Amino acid sequence: MNFEMTDDRRMLADSLSKLLGDLYGIEHRTSMAYDAPFHDIEGWKALAELGILYAFVSEDAGGMGGGGFDLLAVFEQLGAALCPEPLLGAAMAAPLLAEAGEELEPLLSGEAIYALALDEPEAPWDAEAGATEGGDTLTGRKTAVYGGNAATHFLVSARREGKLALYEVKAEDAAVTPWGMIDGGGAAELMLDGTAARCLLPDAGPAIEQALDRGRLALCAEAVGAMDWCYATTLDYLKSRKQFGREIGKFQALQHRMVEMKTAIEQARSITIAAADRMDWRSVAMAKSLVGRVARKVSEESIQLHGGIGMTWEYPLSHYAKRLVMLDAQLGDADFHTARVAATYA
Amino acid sequence: MDLSYSPQEQAFQAEVRQFLADELPDDIAARVKAGGEVSKEDTERWHAILQSRGWLGQTWPEEHGGPGWGPVERHIFDEEAARAYAPRILPFGLQMLGPVLIKFGSDEQKAHYLPRILDGTDWWCQGYSEPGAGSDLASLKTKAVREGDEYVVNGQKTWTTLGQHADWIFCLVRTDGSGKPQEGISFLLIDMKTPGIEVRPIRLIEGGHEVNEVFFTDVRVPAENLVWKENDGWTVAKYLLTHERTGIAGVGFSIAAFERVKALAARTMRGGKRLIDDPLFAARLAEVEMDLEAMKIFNLRMLAEAQRVGHPGVETSMLKIRGTEVRQALNDLYRRALGPAAAVMPGEAPGGNAAVLAPEDEGAAASYFNNRKISIFGGSNEIQKNILTKAMLEL
Repeated sequence: MNFEMTDDRRMLADSLSKLLGDLYGIEHRTSMAYDAPFHDIEGWKALAELGILYAFVSEDAGGMGGGGFDLLAVFEQLGAALCPEPLLGAAMAAPLLAEAGEELEPLLSGEAIYALALDEPEAPWDAEAGATEGGDTLTGRKTAVYGGNAATHFLVSARREGKLALYEVKAEDAAVTPWGMIDGGGAAELMLDGTAARCLLPDAGPAIEQALDRGRLALCAEAVGAMDWCYATTLDYLKSRKQFGREIGKFQALQHRMVEMKTAIEQARSITIAAADRMDWRSVAMAKSLVGRVARKVSEESIQLHGGIGMTWEYPLSHYAKRLVMLDAQLGDADFHTARVAATYA
Repeated sequence: MDLSYSPQEQAFQAEVRQFLADELPDDIAARVKAGGEVSKEDTERWHAILQSRGWLGQTWPEEHGGPGWGPVERHIFDEEAARAYAPRILPFGLQMLGPVLIKFGSDEQKAHYLPRILDGTDWWCQGYSEPGAGSDLASLKTKAVREGDEYVVNGQKTWTTLGQHADWIFCLVRTDGSGKPQEGISFLLIDMKTPGIEVRPIRLIEGGHEVNEVFFTDVRVPAENLVWKENDGWTVAKYLLTHERTGIAGVGFSIAAFERVKALAARTMRGGKRLIDDPLFAARLAEVEMDLEAMKIFNLRMLAEAQRVGHPGVETSMLKIRGTEVRQALNDLYRRALGPAAAVMPGEAPGGNAAVLAPEDEGAAASYFNNRKISIFGGSNEIQKNILTKAMLEL
C-alpha cells in the first residue's frame, strides 16, 4: 500500500503551486475574481503553458494523465490558491471530446476554453431531466454554467430522438449572459433559440455521467486544498490572538473544535482519495456529499473561531470560506448525492 | 398553565398587525425582504412612522416618551414586525443609550439627548469593541485623559455598525489603567464632528459596508459628556449589554425565514419534483421547525419570568445561542433551496429573460454569509457559554 503521489504528479503539483503563488496572490485574486471578466486571461495562458491541461487527457489521446489522481493533484492546488480560472470545464470536457473523436489540441493549448452547460433552472445537476431540445439546432435554457463567462465553446446536453445527446456550441453563436459569483469567478446563462450547434455524441448519457463524476471529484479535491488552507490559517490565528490575557488557542473548548475540524478534513481527504482511485459513480457521490458537508462546517467554524476578523473582505479567509460553502451547490449538493447513494439500498 | 396571550395581549397583537398593514411602506418592506442593505433614509422614515404612533422608544418608560410596553408587548411587536418585513429599529440610540441615560444619566443629559433620539435628530453608534478587545471587552485601551473641563481621547474602536451615518458615538474609554481591567473604564458621549475623528469603512465578507473602524486622535470632549461616574463605566456597560440581549432570540426573523423557505421549496422544481417533496430537504426543514417551535415557547417562558421579576435571566444566553443557530440554519436552507444559481453576486445579477433568480431571492447567499456575524456579535456564542457556565454550573 502506498498513499504517496507519483513523482510526476508531485512535480506537477509543486510547479503548479509555485505558479499559482506567483500569479494569484490573494490581493490580485480578490481584485480580479469579482469583476468582469471574473478571471485573468494572462493567468489562464500561463497555466496552459505550464501544461496543466495535459493532466486532464490520457496519454492515448495525446495528454499526460487523465486519471482520478491527476485531477486530485491539480485541483487540490487550485483550491489551496483559490484560483478562479475555468479549469473545471476543461477537466470535464476533455474525455467527452476524446470520445467524440474531436481534435484536442485547442483545449490542451488553452486556446479553446470549454464550459459544460448541463444545468437547467428546473433541473440542476441532472442532465437526464433537462428539457433542452436538439435537432440541427438547439432550443432551451442552460443556467449557472460554471466558467461560461470565459468560455469560447460550450458542451451542451439536449434531448435528441429520445436520447441524451451532446452538442458543441460556439460562444459567438449563442446568447451568453455572464455573471459573477459571490465566491469569485464567473458563470453564465445560456439562452438557446434555434442556436447553431454541432452534435458531437448522439447517445451521450453515460459519457456525460462520467464527465460529471470527474467534475465532482475535481470539486472535492479543490475543497480539500481550500480546507487545508483554512485549517492552517485558523490554527495560526489561535496561536497569535490574545484575549483574557492569553492566546485563545489555550482555551480547551476551542482546541477541541480544532481537533474536530482536522478529523473531518482527514475524512474528506480520505473519501476523495477513495473516489479518485475507484472513479465509479457511487464512490464519487459519497465523496461529494461528505466533502460538501465537511466544507461548510470548516467554512463556518473557521469564521467563528476567528471572530469578527473572519467576516471581513480584507482578510483572505472570508474568500476561502465563501468558496467552500458555494462549491457544494455545483454538480449536485450534499443532499442530492446522499439521496443517490441511499437509493442503492432499495 | 395557559400558553395563550391574554385578551388584552391578543387585542394588542391585532392592533400591531393593523398598524403594520396600514403604515409600513411597501417599498421599504420589499427592500428588507430582498435582504439588501436598508438605507439611512429607510430607517429614518420608519422611525418617524413609529414615533408618530408613540411606538419608537419601546423600552422607555412613558414619562420619557415610551409606549409603556412590557416584555410581552415588545415581543409581540418584534415578531409581527419581522414577519411583515419591517426594517429593524436601530438599536444604538433607542435600545442601548436611551435606557442607559434613563438609568444613569444626569437630568441635563436626559433632557437634552432623549428627545433628540426619538425625533431622529441624532443617529447614534456604539464604540465598544477594539482590535484587541472583542470578546474580552474589559481589555479596551482607548484612553481619555482629563484636562481641565475636557477629556482628550486617543485610540481606536472597531465593528462600529453604521458609524458612517452617525452624528454621535457612545464610547467606553479607559480613564485609569492602574487597577483591574474592569476598573478605570468610563462611558463617554462623543460628537462625531469633533476634530480628530476618522471613520474608515470595513467591507464585510459578502461585500457590504455596514461596519467601520473609528480612530480618535487628540479628540477633545467636554467633561459634561461623561455618563455616570468616572471609572465606573463598566457598571453602565454591563447594564447596556443586558438590554442588548433582550429580544436576541430573533424569533420573528426566524418565523419569517421559515415561512419563506417553505414557500420557496413548494414552488421550486427539481427534475420534475417539487423540492418540498424531497424527503431529505423536507426533513431538514422539519427539524428546524421543531427547534423554532421550542424556542418560541422558551422565549415566552423567559418573557413571563422577566415580566415577573423585572429583569431578564441568564437563560437569555441560551436563547441567544439557539436563536442564532436557528436563524443560520434557515439562511443555509434558503441558499440551498436555490441550487447553483444562489451563487450569483447580488445587485449584479442578469435581468430580463436571462434572470437567474427572482429579484427577491438574489440576496440569499449574501444573507447567509452576512449572518455568520450573528453568532459572533453581541457577545459571541462562546462568550454566552462562558456566562452560562459561570452562572449555572458552580464548577
